[in-house]
Amino acid sequence: MSNHESETTTHVSFREEKGKYKGIFAWIFSTDHKRIGLLYLYAIVTFFLVGVSLGAAMKLELIAPGKTIMNPEAYNAIFTLHGVIMIFLVVVPGLPAVFGNFFLPIMIGAKDVAFPKLNLMSWWVYIAGAIIALSALFMGGGPPDTGWTFYAPYSFKTNTNMLPAVIGAFVLGFSSILTGINFIVTIHRMRAPGMTWFRLPLFPWTLYGTAWIQILATPIVGITLLMIVGERLFHIGFFDPALGGDPILYQHLFWIYSHPAVYIMILPAMGAISEIIPTFANKSIFGYKAIVISTLAIAFVGYFVWGHHMFTSGMSGTALYTFSFLTFLVAIPSAIKVFNWVGTLHKASIQLEPPFFWAASFLFVFMIGGLSGLALGALATNVHLHDTAFVVAHFHFIVFGGVGFAFMGAIHYWFPKIWGRMYNTRVATTGWILFFIGFTTLYLPMFFLGIDGMPRRYYDYVDRFHGPNIISTVGSWVLITGLIIILVNLIKGAKSGPKAGKNPWGGRTLEWEVDSPPTLENFEEIPVIERSPYDYR
Amino acid sequence: MSQTIALSHDIHRDDEGSKIGMWLFIFTELLLFAGLFIVYGVYRYLNPVAFHLAAEELSVTVGTVNTIILLVSSACMAMASSAIRMRKKGMTMLMLATTLFIAFMFMVNKYFEWEGKFHHGLFPGSEDLLKLGQGDTLFYGLYFFMTGLHALHIIVGIVLITIVSVKVNNNKLTAENPVLLDNAGLYWHLVDLIWIFLFPLFYLIA
Repeated sequence: MSNHESETTTHVSFREEKGKYKGIFAWIFSTDHKRIGLLYLYAIVTFFLVGVSLGAAMKLELIAPGKTIMNPEAYNAIFTLHGVIMIFLVVVPGLPAVFGNFFLPIMIGAKDVAFPKLNLMSWWVYIAGAIIALSALFMGGGPPDTGWTFYAPYSFKTNTNMLPAVIGAFVLGFSSILTGINFIVTIHRMRAPGMTWFRLPLFPWTLYGTAWIQILATPIVGITLLMIVGERLFHIGFFDPALGGDPILYQHLFWIYSHPAVYIMILPAMGAISEIIPTFANKSIFGYKAIVISTLAIAFVGYFVWGHHMFTSGMSGTALYTFSFLTFLVAIPSAIKVFNWVGTLHKASIQLEPPFFWAASFLFVFMIGGLSGLALGALATNVHLHDTAFVVAHFHFIVFGGVGFAFMGAIHYWFPKIWGRMYNTRVATTGWILFFIGFTTLYLPMFFLGIDGMPRRYYDYVDRFHGPNIISTVGSWVLITGLIIILVNLIKGAKSGPKAGKNPWGGRTLEWEVDSPPTLENFEEIPVIERSPYDYR
Repeated sequence: MSQTIALSHDIHRDDEGSKIGMWLFIFTELLLFAGLFIVYGVYRYLNPVAFHLAAEELSVTVGTVNTIILLVSSACMAMASSAIRMRKKGMTMLMLATTLFIAFMFMVNKYFEWEGKFHHGLFPGSEDLLKLGQGDTLFYGLYFFMTGLHALHIIVGIVLITIVSVKVNNNKLTAENPVLLDNAGLYWHLVDLIWIFLFPLFYLIA
């Protein structure tokens, strides 16, 4: 952190910079936003691989009716853990924590976030939350089996280790709030001179929308989880019908957060796609302001649609119609964005590189996910499809397809900037093809299974569901093969790939003007911004 | 690398930014309690009579005393912010000490109040409370949970103000950089504000 070194040596990358600490401590005690971003990346990828293994185990169980590799209790525990890990540890922190931390300051022309120490603390809180949540596995009583939603009254009736899981989720929410506060203040206070709001690149814009959701919605789930703790420890009875409580109220409180949380996940993904597409189209983004306004519209309207998770839980007719109407409304800004991305590609001379393939396939899976969401948002079809495999397919298309593909796109896009090296693009493309084919083979059959009536969260099924389930399980193997190829390729690239220049893709945003990898302070001199972020031609 | 930029990184200071951050954090705290206010509202609507009768059990006097002393402590905290700007270290320390003293007094009152309720069997999970019915169970569940969470915030506030006092005493926090004191004050006012809502909800609407 001292300024002496940066004066003597000109271009020392942040990875080689010598600070107060040595070895691993130089990373886990670093307040450099780039190192913190990478710390998140390594943690999130680790948890992601655990989550993928659990998912693969579930698919393997479902390859045939009856017991295949595990008993029903193990299956309940595994889908709960898969959900808790993937939602709270992987997807919610996901893009903001990794690429937001690494690139937000650089993209707005700043040297760091507003509160670097708080930023490091967020990571430590995240790790603490993860340890608490995962300790549920190793204590007597067995892993939790409620599903990631912790629905009352089962969440305080079950004898499994609910407390660590719930407290862990609460602590993770704290980490999310601190990151949100940090990003909002950073965007308000740290933009380089000349960077007006409408010269802000789209990824920071989506981070801004996300940060507001993080700080306004997360406290609600925080207090709800605390109430579950109170319920289990002190028998207070908030949600216990025997004591006068109402379990439906729990569902309301839970989804007041957890629906906006879906937008915490998807908005930064949309931001990353909005960066990738203009770069590889060599064309300025179509409808910049429309994307910005639709981002804020999603963040706002997203608060008022939580009821669509509860259409069959018991609500008045008026509430049902209102929530259904609002759900249709919130689909509009997402559709505007898709229109803008496709509009940007129109008549562009497209550079066919791996990040672009991920972005293009994102559009494909996101459309399927979004449109199937409308089938669930409509009241009549929802009653038929509620709690079936259709819902599982829908949210995997959005969360894994949308956020996952955007994450893959982002890491292939920003890889040369982060590591200063390039991966093998042909292998990356092969990995993408396998992943994409595996993904669709895995989740498309679940739409048909759901329409046919196969419930979600069941470890067994009747014989007529056998065929599509086999296809789905085979898809999971193809997907994992693709994932392994991608990972090996990226690790090899980071270690020994050819050196990448400052701007291998021809991007126009600020991060492509600094060194690859960036220096500790990002910029030698704070840049003065005199143009829009996407002035290609 | 020019001197100005090196300086701006090493001694990066943005008081305005710190205050924005604190205000955002206060939003999240308000929303944390907002969830409980929703739950309170729903159950009061469902059990109007039981909530009415249960609220009469609480001592308005103790509640009023706690409200008044907490308001006085907030005023002291605000005066500490002004005093540090006038470079009156002694006065700042006195105001911070008064705030801390009142915070302890609040907790002592709370202790005796809670102890009385326990003595009468009015606590979550007790047999006596179950006999009174569901409305009373919910009322006392909410009472202990909400005032308990508030008391937790008082304790955090005590820790925070203690840290600030030590820094003022060591001349680490002076008229040149009072923002930590201001932010601790903002937090303390938040704790006060939440009590202003809890007091009528539990003690006065009867």
